[in-house]
Amino acid sequence: MSKIKKLLLDETKYKITVPIIAILLSFLIGTIVMLLTGINPLGAFKALARTMTGINFDKLFTDKMFNARYVGEFLTTALPITLTGLSVAFAFRTGLFNIGAEGQLLVGAMAATVTSIMLDLPAIIHLPIVILSAALAGALWGFVPGILKAKYNVHEVVVTIMMNYTALHMTNYLLKKLPGSSLIKTVKSNPSGTLQSDFIASITNNSRLHWGIIVVGLSILVFWYIIEKTSFGFELRSVGFNPDASKYAGMKVTRNVMFSMMIAGAFAGLAGAMLSIGTFDYGRILVGFENYGFDGIAVALLGGNVAIGVLLSGLLFGGLKSAQPLMQANGVPLEIAKIISSLIVLFVAMKYGFEMWLRTYAKKQEEEGK
Amino acid sequence: MDYVIEMLNITKDFPGIRANDDVTLQVKKGEIHALLGENGAGKSTLMSILFGLYKPNKGQIKVNGKEVNIDNPHVANDLGIGMVHQHFKLVENFTVTENIILGDEPKKSFGRVDIEKARKRVKETSEKYGLSVDPDSKIEDISVGMQQRVEISKMLYRDAEILIFDEPTAVLTPQEIDDLMNIMRTFAKEGKSIILITHKLKEIKAVADTCTVLRRGKMIGSVNVADVTEKDLAEMMVGREVFFQVDKPERKQGKKIVEIKKLNVKDNRGLMAVNNLSLDIHAGEILGLAGIDGNGQTELIEALSGLRKIDSGSIALNDEDISNRSIRKITEAGVGHIPQDRHKYGLVLDFRLDENLVLQTYYKEPNSVRGILKHDEITKKAQQIIDEFDVRSGQGAMTVARSMSGGNQQKAIIGREIDRSPDFLIAAQPTRGLDVGAIEYIHSRLVAEREKERAILMISLELDEILNISDRIAVIYEGEIVGILDPKKTDEKEIGLMMSGSKRVGVANE
Ligand SMILES: Nc1ncnc2c1ncn2[C@@H]1O[C@H](COP(=O)(O)OP(=O)(O)OP(=O)(O)O)[C@@H](O)[C@H]1O
Ligand SMILES: [Mg+2]
Repeated sequence: MSKIKKLLLDETKYKITVPIIAILLSFLIGTIVMLLTGINPLGAFKALARTMTGINFDKLFTDKMFNARYVGEFLTTALPITLTGLSVAFAFRTGLFNIGAEGQLLVGAMAATVTSIMLDLPAIIHLPIVILSAALAGALWGFVPGILKAKYNVHEVVVTIMMNYTALHMTNYLLKKLPGSSLIKTVKSNPSGTLQSDFIASITNNSRLHWGIIVVGLSILVFWYIIEKTSFGFELRSVGFNPDASKYAGMKVTRNVMFSMMIAGAFAGLAGAMLSIGTFDYGRILVGFENYGFDGIAVALLGGNVAIGVLLSGLLFGGLKSAQPLMQANGVPLEIAKIISSLIVLFVAMKYGFEMWLRTYAKKQEEEGK
Repeated sequence: MDYVIEMLNITKDFPGIRANDDVTLQVKKGEIHALLGENGAGKSTLMSILFGLYKPNKGQIKVNGKEVNIDNPHVANDLGIGMVHQHFKLVENFTVTENIILGDEPKKSFGRVDIEKARKRVKETSEKYGLSVDPDSKIEDISVGMQQRVEISKMLYRDAEILIFDEPTAVLTPQEIDDLMNIMRTFAKEGKSIILITHKLKEIKAVADTCTVLRRGKMIGSVNVADVTEKDLAEMMVGREVFFQVDKPERKQGKKIVEIKKLNVKDNRGLMAVNNLSLDIHAGEILGLAGIDGNGQTELIEALSGLRKIDSGSIALNDEDISNRSIRKITEAGVGHIPQDRHKYGLVLDFRLDENLVLQTYYKEPNSVRGILKHDEITKKAQQIIDEFDVRSGQGAMTVARSMSGGNQQKAIIGREIDRSPDFLIAAQPTRGLDVGAIEYIHSRLVAEREKERAILMISLELDEILNISDRIAVIYEGEIVGILDPKKTDEKEIGLMMSGSKRVGVANE
């Protein structure tokens, strides 16, 4: 107990303790809501646990105890939002707010579909081209707000929101123009140009999980490496904290703003590939946004804009998202999962309040201690 | 005893450092009580405790003899304690009135803010104390001195009886300092009590009744100012003898390092701030630039360092034209710059100290090799500067710059710039906010750079400093150099006349 107390009172650890408190509190409130409305909270927790671990706690020690498909599906859901999370976080480290991950994701998804369908090459060349094209398309979509901000100081939030709509309508139009497209989807992608894997399907009881998991793993490493280890990352962080001092120190602030938006765009573009050549094997014509970009904002916020944080919070939000069908099966309305996700975002956004509260608590402890 | 404030046996720990160690401070009603101590001695911390920003680990606070628990600044306000911080806390794009009432807004029906009423009161207090603040100006449009008066008005608006000033004069011009001293005297006469933090012993002698001295978190003593000399105070504070004069060997002017020709530079409003200015700076000399604040010094420095575009004219370094080059190119060509505004330009406050100490060199070997940071090398470099310049902080190279004391932040910047030993060093108010011991050391380092045949341009609002270490003095008035003087053959009076534009020496009249 006293160990936990010590941790709670350590100001240098607030970056970790505050998000954890936010998560716990959200689950607590979610539980209270369920109790008040006469829903058995256990159903929700079991659903979440089963989604994330594959273990059915109602059927422990039977042959139905474990089903790897749940884990596979859960990871499949977590992949794109982890990448949009990286996208938002990367821009944020340079002091930019990338609301445009949604649009960057859409053009990335389209680029992957197009290169997958139109090219016919051996997988070893085809797949990298497809993935790269998704990243490049996203980067291009990030370049536009980047250069407008750098050259004319147009606020990136305004531009990226517009770019989201442009992306939605443009990709729908182009996908429909592809040979053989129907009104709702394109033809199947070339097997050599997809992330789908019979091997992964076979070990996860036919889930839709795909090689994208490696792409995400590498992306997290790349994010961490650029930000923490390179002199370029040093500049980005410096510009994010204090553009004036960065300029004084001779850094090219505007150029960095542009690069940062492009790299952020590339991460979101990859998220698009997770969907169009991973979860699905065709390009989808969408009626509206699917809010992967907004999920990314939540993921980045909870993850504190650092690589490992984004990974963990991507998993959590992915779990909450993919647990919804199971919750419904357990008699819990899927809104409960949404309520909990939203509460987490709300509480993390209130982190200054929490920090203050922790400090007051620390003072009290000290006074009692003496 | 009739103390208004008693802080008894206060101890405050920060990660890695005990900022206050069993400190006692007792302030009488109606007195001006100076708080003196080296950079990082714990002065700001002690005052932040009194103002409710930090909670002490140990100790007791009494206001008017009653023990109180000051949890937060609201409690301090209610007890009549007000504070002007070392770095102001104003909202840039709010008006003066809005800033003053922030957090304590007068209300009319339906909770609407009664701005008219507030305006009137702000105006009244301003007139009563001769502060001449304009209630309707935006903070971003007024001078630093005026911003300080807004902070003062804020305290008065809340009827504060105990006024804390944390290094108020560091950012002021000599004229503004005189005005502030008078304002403080008026307050004291009215029975308000003042705690004044300053590194300038002259000011303590001029206005303070009592002085409490801190050294490395500990209280050294409390003295009656009338009984001691400036030298006594300095020794109490540093713990050794302090020499106010630097040893400066005679030397001949070296070759020309910097040549500024017919330079014109515009200010933010697009008006000409530097007018046809020509000036040479030579190897092995410290050229002091004297002038009343706002006569083009800032624009000149910014043009020299590349932060501001020049309108016409040229700047040459070692016979190479560097006008309008990128800042990085100028830095690499051999220009160093200790900026006037340390929080805006000098530091990335959220970076660690080691990162701040390589702010211009992080990309070069050995700090980086092929674009990859070498953290070990960076820390090593940082440690060397920290040791050499005695930069004090809780966690050494790993300290976040924001948590360092103001003077130590300044020492870090100076250390970084001097350590690079650039051919041409621009030092804008380098010793602002430093204690006398640190000033002595920085001056000696500037002189050492001069011995290394570097050219140094020093801008200072303090004539003492200019006269003390310059080899030549250039006086700037309305963006023009109105005279070049030999410090041995001039005095404050002559410089003063030239600064106000009433006299020119050795330069052609138009
Ligand atoms: N918020 C903080 N977190 C950690 N350390 C701090 C914090 N505030 C101050 N310190 C440390 O406490 C010590 C005292 O700092 P303080 O600001 O009180 O000094 P000071 O006497 O006001 O110095 P100066 O004359 O330079 O302003 C310094 O070593 C500083 O690094
Ligand atoms: Mg201080």
